[in-house]
This record gives sequence, structure tokens and C-alpha cells, in this order.
Amino acid sequence: MKVELRDPNTIMKLSRLGSFHQSKLSFLRSFLSEFKDWDYKKDLFNLDQNGYGEAVYSFKKKDRVYSLICFANKIKDKERSDRVIATKWDAAFTLHDGVPSKDDIKRLKNEVPKQEVGRLSFKELTLSRANKSVRVFNHVVEYLSEGKQPDLNLLSKVGYLYRTTAVYGSGKFGLADRFRIKNREEINGPFRLEMMLVYLVRQFTFDQVNHVAYYKNPKKAVKLEKQICKNLGIGNSTGLGMAPFIVNHPTLLNNWILSRETALKKIREIKIVKNEDSELFKDCVKKSLKNITSWNTDSEYQQNKIRLLLKDVEGFIIYIENNFDFKTEYPFNTLYLWLEKNVCEECIEYIVSIMMEPYNNITDPLVANMSSDEEKYFNIPTNRTVQELIDIIEARYPNILEINFDQKENNQNFWFISKNKEEPRLADRFEEHGSELEQPLAIARDIKKLYEKLLSEKDNSTIAKFLSFNSELRHVVRRAFIIEKFPYSEIQDNTISKSIIPIDMLRLKLSFFGALKFDPRSDKWLRICMFQGAPLPYELKNYDEQWVYKTSN
Amino acid sequence: MRSLSEIETAVKRASKAAGFSWGNSEEIGKSIRQLELFGLPGVKNLNQYYTDKQKIKFEDLNLISEKNKPLLEAYCPIILGISFLDQIKLVENFEIIKFEKIAYPVIFLSFLSRASEISGKKIYAKLDQNEILLNLNVNICSSFFNQEFPEFVDKVEIKFLNNKDNFTEIEWNNLYKLAENTFVEESDSLKQAAAGAGLTDND
Repeated sequence: MKVELRDPNTIMKLSRLGSFHQSKLSFLRSFLSEFKDWDYKKDLFNLDQNGYGEAVYSFKKKDRVYSLICFANKIKDKERSDRVIATKWDAAFTLHDGVPSKDDIKRLKNEVPKQEVGRLSFKELTLSRANKSVRVFNHVVEYLSEGKQPDLNLLSKVGYLYRTTAVYGSGKFGLADRFRIKNREEINGPFRLEMMLVYLVRQFTFDQVNHVAYYKNPKKAVKLEKQICKNLGIGNSTGLGMAPFIVNHPTLLNNWILSRETALKKIREIKIVKNEDSELFKDCVKKSLKNITSWNTDSEYQQNKIRLLLKDVEGFIIYIENNFDFKTEYPFNTLYLWLEKNVCEECIEYIVSIMMEPYNNITDPLVANMSSDEEKYFNIPTNRTVQELIDIIEARYPNILEINFDQKENNQNFWFISKNKEEPRLADRFEEHGSELEQPLAIARDIKKLYEKLLSEKDNSTIAKFLSFNSELRHVVRRAFIIEKFPYSEIQDNTISKSIIPIDMLRLKLSFFGALKFDPRSDKWLRICMFQGAPLPYELKNYDEQWVYKTSN
Repeated sequence: MRSLSEIETAVKRASKAAGFSWGNSEEIGKSIRQLELFGLPGVKNLNQYYTDKQKIKFEDLNLISEKNKPLLEAYCPIILGISFLDQIKLVENFEIIKFEKIAYPVIFLSFLSRASEISGKKIYAKLDQNEILLNLNVNICSSFFNQEFPEFVDKVEIKFLNNKDNFTEIEWNNLYKLAENTFVEESDSLKQAAAGAGLTDND
């Protein structure tokens, strides 16, 4: 049986993209898989008794070494902010290419804590900073120093000791350009070095909390139990800065979604499912309930989504336990069709992710396809004709063409870059100033404009000729030719409408990162947790691949 | 040192601010990034061009023919470059393309370099007396070594070079003969057994 890939006009809607969950294809999981046989080492741990100072951690294989350099700093409570306007953080980090010399550490000590206003070099690969969850960190120090393990209820509510507030890579602030390292096999997957940084930061947080507790009371202090460490991740606060990324990297977006869709298609096409595979799937679905019930958020929007998800997943479990036989042919296809009919979008995508769990043979080869050589698709095929472009737009953007952009609510917002922080922002064009400096992120509106303009041109005229008089539409002409080859490259929704929920865009990207427990703090920023339940570095050589569904928090 | 990614982003934004469309600004970002990668003064020249552009109305050439001459001021190297890229299928058929007066020609070169890659042919350019070879966007060879690129050139000639060897048949044969010294002369038994195939192919 041949199953078709799902329709981009359904999957690429923001509400659907905003319902995606982590899976085996997620970058933090593929990072662990790639680096599991590398040698992990704590190379330097030079903190004072309050936990301030430098530390270095590394992964090494043959001649290749990646080193995380950490700088822990004292800041005042009032200086601690997750917002991008912050200028000080509890800790700052960079991933260095190779073994850092003393001079490197000295240089970086001066630059890394400054973050965006510091300058890095081509020897640094990623840059980040993080703030303590002061409540949790102090509680853990207090308890450990008294010889006790911390209150698991409190830890469970938060899920981490530190949260990062930005992770930068790919040439930002002088970091190495991607082209310098793109041929390294071990990083042939998106954001792999960013994932490495976050993973090593997680270990630093455990070492730091143990260190501070010890110096607080050397005679009584105990170390945080490994199982408790394992159930803690690294938090992350993410605002709109992440949203334009998925618009600005269409072929990359396509490759992420296409990999997920291809995995689902192949799983649905499995005629006979082995008993061990169906048992693993069922086990993951059941154990994952803990992830839903321990998912804390104050957001009413997310609480409703979680409630509905829990109800639907419980309903799905009842269905597979009582009314479904995995021995029938194409069982995952039947299950998928049942999901489409009976549950919400969030639950469909949740179960789709879990369906991948038994199938390394399907997901592993797809991981290698999730990067993109974007330069290859940059040039516009200007010898093509106006009629051909019209055909592409009609085929690929049917719902976009139905939007009436003369209506105020469909043209309500605009994306801009703030002068203060050079970060993307979204504002109401009828209430705020600055819409004349709008960023080219209103793709739906501009595609519609392009389409209407093309209709007034001669069909056999070339795109070269069209562009010579319509350069203001060049950015969307390029995109239309990209979507012809990459059907999942475009969000099939209006990113400037009054009803847009920007966190849907963030959530899409974060789900591919492998984030858990999305906690929207507004419609424009959210907190998440990464690596919660993940193996600790010493366990990497032999770990349970389904750790995501087995956390006790 | 600025990364190429920083350069591309800053150039794109500056170009939009200088009055180009977003799509054209993306092209400029890519081109200047490429110049800087080759060690050519892209950012410097673009900066000077955008300063001059506030005072001088450079001319846009949207449709390129074999001979191109501006009416008053020099051609804008950016619109000229983008037009060249867009009309590559047309212009690659011209034997020689001539331009008079181009402002900041190094900026134009960045587009020619990309045009060379798209067409799959090397491009020879002569800027007044200086010669340049644009090699499939892999590198740019020029006689400008150790001298400043001019702000304006009066005469520009461009030629697409047909794909052909840089050496003579005799030179190739001599080299090949030397390479043959790594081969083993096959005896009868080697002919029969060493290839691994069957002795007859009748079926």
C-alpha cells in the first residue's frame, strides 16, 4: 500500500505547526545519538566557594575536541532578567573548537559574559548565557548542604536549575561561519553544536550546585543524587527572536518537516508490525502520560490544550487497548486515520511523534537529510515564464490566495527589527509607528500581491523581464520557485493577521529542537525544558533511547 | 573579525535602507559576502557607493544589450549586476558585451562571479586596462593585485569563455604517457583471470 505524504496546506498551517512535539528526529536526541561514543571530560573546574569562576567541559574523539567554556558570575537579583534587554547573567558560555589555551580563556573571559556586545572569533562555535532559577538553586544548595536531597515536588514544578535565554551560532558576533565546519560528519544535522552546548551546560549546573553546597557545609554536604540530576533539564526562555528563522530558511524548514512526514508515511506503509514494536509504541504512549500530567503552565491557552491533549491521549489508549488489533495489516495507517477523525491536532502530532519510537531504521537515515545547502537554491530561474510562476503559485498557495488583505484584520501586524536590541518584534501597524520599515516576513500578503501582478503580465514573458520592472516582488519570486521544489518550505498562513499566535512559530522550531513542556508566558514568548530525563554524560555509551517518556518529573 | 554571516546580514539591511527592494538586497548581501570571502574590498566599496549614491543619480540598466552606454551618469553596479544575473541566458550568447562608465566596478564583479557559476562558463572581464578572470564563482583572478579598485571605469568588456582546456593536445599526451608508467602490462594469464569476468559473454 502506498500512503501519500500529508498535504502541506494542512500541515503547514500555524495551528498545526504549533501542535508539534519532540520526536526521534529532534535535534537534541540526534545529538545524543551522534556523540554517545565520544569521550566526555571535565577539564577545568575553577570556581570559588560561592560558585563563581571558570569551568571547561569537553567531548573528544580522535583528533577532534569541542570544549564548553563556562563563566559563572555574581549578579544582583534585580539584574537578573530573561529578556533580551538584559546585560548580565548568572553564567555565560561558549563552545570552543578544540582545546582552549590559557590565552583563549583569558580572551573569552572578557568577551563571553558580555554576550551580544562582546566579540568572538572563528575558534568559537556557539555562544549562550543562562540564569538560575534562584528558588530551585538555593533550595537545592540548602538541602544538599544539610546532607539531604531536595524536595522533588519543587524540582518537578520547575524542572531545571538554570534556564538559557539565548543560544547563538552560525557567525553571530564573530562566531565561526557555518561554511568553515559544515563538512564535519559529526555535525551533519541542524543545531548540533547548539545542542552540545546546552547539554554540557546542564552538567555544569549540577557540578556547580554540588560545589556550592559542599563549601557551605563541607562536613555534612551530600551530592545531588544522579537520578534527580537526570530528571532535571535546562530551561529556556524564548521570545520572538526565533520566529523569523523559520521564514528566512525555507529549504531548511522543508527538510525538517519533510523528514517528519516521510517517517510518518513509511510507518503507515508498514504492513505487518512486529509485536515488540507495537509493545514499545504502546509503552511509550502510556508512559508519556506523565509528561502531560507534569506539564505545568499558568497559560490558560496552553492549559486548555493540555487538558484536551490528556483527554484525547487517554481516549487513544482505551482505543488501542480495547478496540484495536496490531495484528491487522497496516496498523499504523489505521491508527493514524482514527486519530484524524477522533482527536485534536495536538494529539495527532503527539502520537505521530511516538509512532517513530520503534523505528530507528526509518528515522536514522532521515536525520542526515535535515540540514540544507541553502545557497544552492538562492538563484532565481529567470528564464522561466510568467505562466509557469502563476501555475506554481496556484498549486502551492491555494489558501493564501483566498485571503483578502484589504481587510484590516488580515493586515493588522508588521514585523520589524528593534533598534535597541536588533531583535525581531511584532506590532500593530495601525497603532504603532515603524511599519514603513517592515521586514519581509509577510509572505502570504506578498505572494498574493505577486500573483495579482503576474495576472496582468503576458503569459510567455520571462521572469527576467518581469523582475526588471517589479523588483519589489523579487523576494517572493525567489520563494515561489523554492516551494516548487520544496513543498513544506512555507508556512501556509498569514503571519501578519490580527489572530496570529506567534508562539506557534516558536513552538514548531522548539519541537524540532526536542523541547518539552512548552509554557507560554504570553502569546509572544514561552519557557521550555530541554534534556529533562536525558542520560548524564557518564551514561551516554549505553542509554535508554526512550528516556523522554520515562522521566519521573 | 566580522564573520561572513554578519557581513551578509548587515549588507542586506543597509541595502534596503539605501533604497533597494528586499529581494535585491538579498542579492547584494550574497554578492558582497562572496567578494569578502575572496579577499576583495566589498564592504569598503559598497560603503563608498552608498555615500556617493546620495549625491549622484547613477543610472539603472534593466535590459542589457551588446553595447551599453549610459545617458549621463555611470551605471549603478548593483542594478547592472542583478540584470546581468537575471538575463544570463540572453547575455551569454553575445560574443562581447560592452559597457561604458560603471561606478564601483568591484561590486559589479561580484555579480559577474555568480553569473559565471550559473552559466557554467568562465568570464573574462576587462575594466579599462585591467584584466579579470571570474572562475565559476570559485575564485577571481585579477591584475588588480596590490592596487585599489577604481571608483569608476570608462570601458568594460565582458566575454564568456567557452569551456576548453588550458593546455595543448601535445602537453596532455606527454603527461598521459607519464601516467601510463603506473600501469602493469598484462600477460595472457592476467588477461584471463585478473578482471574477474567470465571468458565468454554468450548467453
